[in-house]
Amino acid sequence: MSMAPMADSANGYLWQDGTLRSWLLTTDHKRIALLYMASITAFFILGGVGAALIRLQLLVPAGAILSDETYSRMFTLHGVVMVWLFLVPSIPVTLGNFLVPLMLGARDLAFPRLNLLSWYLFVMAGMLVVYGLFRGGLETGWTFYTPLSTDYTQGHVLPVVAGVFLSGFSSIATGVNFIISIHQLRAPGMTWYRLPLMLWALYATSVIFVLATPVLSITLVLLAFEHFFHVGVFDPALGGDPLLFQHLFWFYSHPAVYIMILPGMGVISEVVSTFCHKPVFGYRFVAWSSISIASIGFLVWGHHMFVAGTSLYAAVVFSMLSFLVSVPSAIKVFNWLGTMHGGAIRLDAPMLYAMGFIGLFTVGGLTGLFLASLASDVHLTQTYFVVAHFHYIMVGGMVSAYFAGLHYWWPKITGRMYPEMWGRTAAGLLFFGFNLTFFPQFLLGYEGMPRRYATYPAQFQVLNVLSSAGASILALAYILPLVYFAWSLLRGARASDNPWQATGLEWRTSSPPPTENFAHVPVVNHDAYDYAALDQANRAASQEPPHA
Amino acid sequence: MSWLPEASGHATRVDVLLAGLLLISLAVLGLVFGLMVLNIIRFRVGSGVPVSHEAVVHKSWGFEIGWTVATLVIFFALFIWAARLYVVGFQPPSGAIQIYVTGRQWMWKVQYPGGQREINALHVPLGRPVQLLMTSEDVIHDFSIPVLRIKHDVLPGRYQSLWFIATRPGSFRFYCTQFCGIGHSRMTGTLVVLSSTEYADWLDHTPASGSLATAGEMLFIHNGCSGCHVSGRYAPDAQDTSRAPSMVGLYGSLVPGPDGRPVRVDGGFLHDAILHVGPARTPQANYTTTMPSFRGVLGEDDLAALVAYIQTLSPSVPAGMGAAAVTARDGG
Repeated sequence: MSMAPMADSANGYLWQDGTLRSWLLTTDHKRIALLYMASITAFFILGGVGAALIRLQLLVPAGAILSDETYSRMFTLHGVVMVWLFLVPSIPVTLGNFLVPLMLGARDLAFPRLNLLSWYLFVMAGMLVVYGLFRGGLETGWTFYTPLSTDYTQGHVLPVVAGVFLSGFSSIATGVNFIISIHQLRAPGMTWYRLPLMLWALYATSVIFVLATPVLSITLVLLAFEHFFHVGVFDPALGGDPLLFQHLFWFYSHPAVYIMILPGMGVISEVVSTFCHKPVFGYRFVAWSSISIASIGFLVWGHHMFVAGTSLYAAVVFSMLSFLVSVPSAIKVFNWLGTMHGGAIRLDAPMLYAMGFIGLFTVGGLTGLFLASLASDVHLTQTYFVVAHFHYIMVGGMVSAYFAGLHYWWPKITGRMYPEMWGRTAAGLLFFGFNLTFFPQFLLGYEGMPRRYATYPAQFQVLNVLSSAGASILALAYILPLVYFAWSLLRGARASDNPWQATGLEWRTSSPPPTENFAHVPVVNHDAYDYAALDQANRAASQEPPHA
Repeated sequence: MSWLPEASGHATRVDVLLAGLLLISLAVLGLVFGLMVLNIIRFRVGSGVPVSHEAVVHKSWGFEIGWTVATLVIFFALFIWAARLYVVGFQPPSGAIQIYVTGRQWMWKVQYPGGQREINALHVPLGRPVQLLMTSEDVIHDFSIPVLRIKHDVLPGRYQSLWFIATRPGSFRFYCTQFCGIGHSRMTGTLVVLSSTEYADWLDHTPASGSLATAGEMLFIHNGCSGCHVSGRYAPDAQDTSRAPSMVGLYGSLVPGPDGRPVRVDGGFLHDAILHVGPARTPQANYTTTMPSFRGVLGEDDLAALVAYIQTLSPSVPAGMGAAAVTARDGG
């Protein structure tokens, strides 16, 4: 490398003290973010292997490689690992952990040791789940519906449920930390309406973490009580109500969908603004739409149960509320498009991922309308249509946003640039591979193919083969960044402090930042995304001789 | 691969709804992708169009209110359209043929009013309303018939109802669509829609162990029900109603529910009352005996037969009565 290393990158948080002990006992939010990143990457690979085996199995109507039992255990593994050990933590605990103090202009989160504790809880949770899954796993699906999960499973329910229970505490710790940090640690001049939209999104996410997760914890405790002590809560044979479990489960798990997507929306607002060099259109609408998604999101759980045997009136009310909750998401999409209008658009990899997000999330949202509509939901629910729908949101949306964020903040996190050409290639592959994998599943669902089938009627084979072919391209799109990020960490070009000409406070410190984040407490005199001020400062700096 | 056929009027109406949703989705997608591409062409760095920062920023309120209201209006129309179509599912016509469907790991048992039984197959006549009364012996299943665009979960310990009028003869697949354990994907079967004459013929040639109601009558005697409940037929059995309510005319009548409000006695009510489960169990009013629970004593097959028998003691009440109440109340 021809460039000389900059003085402060050697002093950055990353290389300052390289001992294992200093990493494992760190309370630096940036290092904890990287610990989390390593763990969720491992879980993503594990869940991805599960997905690969599922798609291999479904190449042939009779099932290619797995027995019915192994197949059931495999999609349970895929679901549990991807939801609780990757999607729910993903952006908040990695990018969020890294960025919240930097964007606030603070030294660290409000409770640095609680932050480290949350990582240890998460790792223990992950170990428990992995232990359960590898001891033989369980065949309940990630939804653990009763009485299947309590009375009729031979699988290892206890470790898996205990792991999910424990990961909830990790989520709550992170949520509490973010909420208090955003309230208390804003730099001088950083008013609520000057916060980057990423922080509004993470704030909304944290509120859901704190309010919804306890309901899941209680539900899982009740489930364990019924499984081991035969206390009748959910099982009708013991005087319980099986629908009660579904109500409690979805009371957490629907808001959890917004836990998984809101931080992604925050990333997209940052990326779109930066690569259009223009303030986000309708800042306050985008900010408050995060809050309204988080609030209305608590009132729509019943739409998972339109055919479960709830009352007609409940179904009608939940359907109406489900339409309502999609309005703020639509507002965000329109505002991102408004941001692009009249901007100076650069198509670097983060922006390509962001546009992929907007397209795929829109498809996911629109197909959500098919499922919020009562009569069409009856036909489509519990089929591959639902599988396709939520993968468009969770993978097309959330994973695209995660990759957008990783590429965007990579120079800040590591002090190195990733190879741009490879970044764009991976973004394109992800979009193409994803659509090839999941679009055929919409058609399969309409045709009536039920989800969670280890074998299927021969008429569905063509679409299943297409889907599996797409999955192999998708796998490539995931492996590629793993390789070039690793390369970049050692050999990438040195990054400047603000390589994208972005406005957030995180770009005002060095790349990578020093352990204490800022040499001086930053003072905020501008709205977020004030590019006019940034351009002016740049012009002034370039006219002055660089001696200061 | 052939397109999924529509085998009922309801299926056609659902397809029209889906087409409507699809058209709106395509319009929105066209708009989103169109604007994205246009923006890139016009405003990409190097495209030569001069950039003006302030041009759009201050006009945002009009846009925001405009697209929010437009989205709300379209969504509300879709909601009403789809909800109206869904409500129909809760209102089975009177006089529907009632067929009992019992799910268990991993098969469907089907029982007809005439006592015919079959496994993983459902025979119905063309053009006549059919109501399925469904329950499970173990975990939650779901009875899904894609060609009719209907499905409903099948829960242990209670009745769920689905009804339809098949308008297309032929054999079609039905599935279990609620994951019910490792044999889930084997829990499928065939719906056979026959013309009226073929259906009558099929009923005649399918071995029946007496009608369902007859089987229920036997159970009513053997399990001692007739010792307390008046059924109006058996001289040596109960003749006075001080010990337990009379079964004559009970089905279809209104009785006081647990919260004092009147409840309509239907299949689900009887099922729950015999097992002592569910919210609508009648309070032990001023009777001299207390009825034991038959949970664990009677299986779902037996219960279906008993319910069918008690129905025959209310000959003036049409068979399809009260199924809306079955489903609606169960959620309560």
